[in-house]
Amino acid sequence: MHHDGILAGGGHLTVHFLFATRDELFITIAKIAILLFIVLTVNAYLTWFERKVVAHIQSRWGPHRVGPHGLLQPLADGVKFFFKEDPTPAGVDKFVYFLAPLLALALALTSIAIIPFGPEPLHLFGHDIYLGIAPLDLNIGILALFAITALGVYGVALAGWASNSKYPLLGGLRSSAQMISYELALTLSVVGVLLMAGTFNLRDIINAQAPLAGHPDRGIIGWNIWPQILGFFCFFTAAVAETNRVPFDLPEAEQELVAGFNTEYASFKFAMFFIAEYTSMITISCLATIMFFGGWLSPFPVSWTLTHYLPSVILIPFGLWVVLDGFRYETVLGRVVLPAVGTVVTALGLGFIVFPHANAFIQAPFWFLSKVLLFLFVYVWMRGTLPRFRYDQLMALGWKLLLPLSIVNVALTSFLILAKMQWGAK
Amino acid sequence: MGCEMTEPLLVFFVLAALAVIGAVSLILQKHPIHSALSLIVVMVALAGLYLLMGAEFVAAVQIIVYGGAIMVLFVFVIMLLNAGAEERTSLSKMAGPPGLLLVAALAAFVAATIARSGASVQAAAETGALSSTRGISEMIFKDFVYPFELTSFLVLVAILGATVLAQREKS
Repeated sequence: MHHDGILAGGGHLTVHFLFATRDELFITIAKIAILLFIVLTVNAYLTWFERKVVAHIQSRWGPHRVGPHGLLQPLADGVKFFFKEDPTPAGVDKFVYFLAPLLALALALTSIAIIPFGPEPLHLFGHDIYLGIAPLDLNIGILALFAITALGVYGVALAGWASNSKYPLLGGLRSSAQMISYELALTLSVVGVLLMAGTFNLRDIINAQAPLAGHPDRGIIGWNIWPQILGFFCFFTAAVAETNRVPFDLPEAEQELVAGFNTEYASFKFAMFFIAEYTSMITISCLATIMFFGGWLSPFPVSWTLTHYLPSVILIPFGLWVVLDGFRYETVLGRVVLPAVGTVVTALGLGFIVFPHANAFIQAPFWFLSKVLLFLFVYVWMRGTLPRFRYDQLMALGWKLLLPLSIVNVALTSFLILAKMQWGAK
Repeated sequence: MGCEMTEPLLVFFVLAALAVIGAVSLILQKHPIHSALSLIVVMVALAGLYLLMGAEFVAAVQIIVYGGAIMVLFVFVIMLLNAGAEERTSLSKMAGPPGLLLVAALAAFVAATIARSGASVQAAAETGALSSTRGISEMIFKDFVYPFELTSFLVLVAILGATVLAQREKS
């Protein structure tokens, strides 16, 4: 019984999870592999999406040479990353130089594991398989996410330092300062949401935005974005700064710092930073969806049954369009692959109409992914339209506007909750 | 002993070894950045140990505050000062043997204390519900609200002091 002291309160699933049965272990490993594949693919096509959207904002075509609509461009980029020469500059701190991209990528990918993607489990092989890797009762969900984000600074800072070169060092310094500054505002901005939900658990935070039993179903009105609009403003601004994206991408301001902290990195080590940045964009979009936009909840009341066919309404015309579009090409890829993909998409859409169970199951992931996609679009949209801040403006914004605003939001929210408890309806 | 090797115990030993190796490496490394990195390893390993004890909240805060905020500040300052590798003087070499003696004495003292009070250490580790987020907040904001407020006041004074010192430097 000696180990009782070490594993006090043995019922905690967070720990229990590590020592699950062999079946559960296998399922978790399979889930990790699948999620990793999805995230990396989404990452690759996010670059395509970004280049296309920014190009259209600037009245250009964007990538269109490699494959139809340039759809194979990410593949070409990936191959290029693999086969480029990978020199190690003289005078670098070898260990830290290799550690930095690994750290950045590993932490960015780990943070995705905390995100839950749907409420209902899939019943497969006699097991309930939930969408998402973390255990259901991960009671420190949001804190765990912030913990991983907090460590994410090291990838950038150490890369800048280890490169033994002035521009990367300046880029690394800037980024550490920026991340320290905005982490405060980022963390404080979600406190309002936490106060309203009364939990750190991401699933419970989403459920707290669903209508209570016996209350009218208000759909989008019930989401946290309305009472927490101030918090959301702080959250999203700080999040963009935390992920080093335009208009806060000062660590890699080309005009001043070449490419910033990753100047001395080439080939796949550069790609690792790249993937890390895009993965953290996805994580932040998921987090914004969960905290403020009802996660997987539909914006419409559940009683509007017609809206349940929205996935099909989107998938079927899109699939048909892809089929038609494919025939316009004279290449094998366009003529064969695109129509095939279009047919599959159309069939999926039809399948959801025919099988109500499948349709009911995909509602939650459908809304979740739609919202995440919307946030990713906003990220790209900002990159296409906003100029970069100056460094002092950036610091002033973080410390003098966002931090006080998020503190005001916390005070206001707590006061309102207290007032409701004191004088509100029983 | 009758102490079987369960999986939690295995994880405990891995994390404990990681923490000790990190701590030793922190002292042996010549470059401040490497020392700081070792300290981060110690912090993260400790967070893992807290998690193993069921103290989820403390584990997360350990990483956010110590692993994240404080150590980032360390690394930041080292980078900003561009501190080079440590230089060994004859005095710092002389400090080695007495230091080792002190370490041995401290380790012996801690081990003796733990060995003598096996039951109470066991009790201290079994925090159960108290270590949950709710338990901690109830303790801080109900049972120990005045000490807590006093501590926060102390922190506020320290912040003001730091600000005043920084301002004086400038003018």
